[in-house]
Amino acid sequence: MREITYLEAVREAMSQEMRENKDVFILGEDIGVYGGAFGVTRGMIEEFGPERVRNTPISESAIAGTAIGAALTGMRPILELQFSDFITISMDQIVNQAAKLRYMYGGKGKVPMVLRTPAGSGTGAAAQHSQSLEAWMTHIPGLKVVQPSTAYDVKGLLKAAMDDDNPVIFYEHKLLYKTKGDVPEEQYSIPLGKADIKREGTDVTIVATAIMVHKALEAAAELDKEGISIEVVDPRTLVPLDTDTIVESVKKTSRLVVVHEAVKRGGYGGEIASAIAESDAFDYLDAPIKRVGGKAVPIPYNPELEKAAVPQVPDIIEAVKETLNKRITTHA
Amino acid sequence: MKRTIENVESQFEMFQIINEDGEIVNQEAMPNLSDEELKELMHRMVYTRILDQRSIALNRQGRLGFYAPTAGQEASQLGSQFALEKDDFILPGYRDVPQLIWHGLPLYQAFLFSRGHFHGNQMPEGVNALSPQIIIGAQITQAAGVALGMKKRGKKAVAITYTGDGGTSQGDFYEGMNFAGAYQAPAIFVVQNNRFAISVPVEKQTAAQTLAQKAVAAGIEGIQVDGMDVLAVYAATKDARERGINGEGPTLIETLTYRYGPHTMAGDDPTRYRTDDLDNEWEKKDPLVRFRKFLEGKGLWSEDEENKVIDQAKEEIKAAIKKADEQPKQKVTDLISYMYEELPSNLKEQMEEYKEKESK
Ligand SMILES: Cc1ncc(C[n+]2csc(CCOP(=O)(O)OP(=O)(O)O)c2C)c(N)n1
Repeated sequence: MREITYLEAVREAMSQEMRENKDVFILGEDIGVYGGAFGVTRGMIEEFGPERVRNTPISESAIAGTAIGAALTGMRPILELQFSDFITISMDQIVNQAAKLRYMYGGKGKVPMVLRTPAGSGTGAAAQHSQSLEAWMTHIPGLKVVQPSTAYDVKGLLKAAMDDDNPVIFYEHKLLYKTKGDVPEEQYSIPLGKADIKREGTDVTIVATAIMVHKALEAAAELDKEGISIEVVDPRTLVPLDTDTIVESVKKTSRLVVVHEAVKRGGYGGEIASAIAESDAFDYLDAPIKRVGGKAVPIPYNPELEKAAVPQVPDIIEAVKETLNKRITTHA
Repeated sequence: MKRTIENVESQFEMFQIINEDGEIVNQEAMPNLSDEELKELMHRMVYTRILDQRSIALNRQGRLGFYAPTAGQEASQLGSQFALEKDDFILPGYRDVPQLIWHGLPLYQAFLFSRGHFHGNQMPEGVNALSPQIIIGAQITQAAGVALGMKKRGKKAVAITYTGDGGTSQGDFYEGMNFAGAYQAPAIFVVQNNRFAISVPVEKQTAAQTLAQKAVAAGIEGIQVDGMDVLAVYAATKDARERGINGEGPTLIETLTYRYGPHTMAGDDPTRYRTDDLDNEWEKKDPLVRFRKFLEGKGLWSEDEENKVIDQAKEEIKAAIKKADEQPKQKVTDLISYMYEELPSNLKEQMEEYKEKESK
């Protein structure tokens, strides 16, 4: 199979869909000749023209509102927010509008839009351009939330998101754009709500999202040298969440570490941990569940401090070892 | 209806005092500045042009971080700041570091801002300003608040905020002007229309022919100024300031200008969206060239004088970079300690964890 980057996979997914479906169009800041802040849409305005690759005025609220209006009347917009931090400015449109309209209209009306946006730290973009706010979105009934970690996944999940009749928040991680993987040339769809086991193992389950999938895999490779067998589960979509796959994995390993880049407090890791605590996997646990997440600080600009603010491979290894050393003692 | 719109636009014809050849075209509006003050304006523009060149070079060498080039916009930036008093409060955008410097922010701190060091954002006592805003539009509603506070305290001062043509598309822009107008607060909203918001030309940003006319709906004063004419920018700002402190409410100033360089130093290539012709057209309007001609005509400026400023700028920049280098490095414990007035218990735990790590 051919190798392409995560970024190219996003572009290809959109381009193929736009060739098939005239109702799909993109809107966002600087997505024309400039190709978007990360170059994802580069070359697309040349193929699809300025009506379908629409540069917008700088107004995230209007970008979201316009997409909703277009979606309600039969178009299938993809909107690109230049940085996911700017979702704050479009929040009313997303939370009070997009997420609620189908419900409030008694099913007569739908908002089939995909909000694509780069998230995460690691590019030296500082406090207001580096956040991971996906947990906010997962709290809102009516939205779906996707966090692809590989080139293969991003293409298939984006296809599913574009086909979906609900508003989908689609988080792309900035540091993943350049990562490569095998990606089929033809269109394919990965169902939203289907986790992927990125590595099989028997001793500890690590559930990791986005860039942390790769850090977890690195940690797993290190731990393997010490004879510790790690299973890495990538939920791929946070809403809907494939609880079954996680539960099955935990039943097998009896230990769970949850890793995400977002600030640990109030992060989605809490949801995953709770889902396990509520499930029949709870009885299988041999150690308390461990969460690894970002520090409760804004992301610093300084590269060293930036790294210190979010989980790194050694943090994951340490967490795994803690769960291995800490048995739940049963009082007979 | 179309006729009304055209009428509105015709009222926002560009205000100019000296033309591209350095000739006075509007004697009546000529501000009352002494020879020393006129020379000081030129001094600041030359200095800032050098600062821009050096900042770009330092960025390329990896000695500066985030930097948004300023060349071309000196008259807009410095002419407006020159009309301010120490008590006036600046809310700048990311490109507006020069105004901060001339308002009192030490150069080494401006460099630290570029490097993302906290000390770059710690305004010295008596420097009335916020550090540059990164989120487009956020400073504009805040300016209404600063101005409101001034009004309430009976201060004879104004809040002045800067954004670009792109910034006028945000809701915050309209909302901020409307608030300040409703309260007749002493705010000045400067829009530096440099024709491009990253890659998007102003014609694609709005169907309005001027940005100044956006004041009309808010019921406030609005004026379009030649942003390459430092005297026009100065005079318009001075006037807006007078009205502000006299309780006559806020003003929107649109300055027509151009950024010669890339959007920021983070990899923008303007040839993707601008033509050489347009670049050349604007370079002919250069604020330094025209003001130099004007001053030379009055016998107030010479090559010697200019070289002195250049040398001074270079030396001060060198010293400031050195001082910036000498600042203690930031630590994780610094990050944690700045977040709250008093550390909540969970952060105390993080603090202890990192104190231990840092002591090793
Ligand atoms: C809310 C928000 N949206 C988008 C951006 C990304 N961005 C940074 S600068 C910029 C263009 C701003 O152009 P303009 O206001 O004309 O100012 P200029 O850079 O020309 O001085 C954009 C879109 C941002 N920083 N904040």
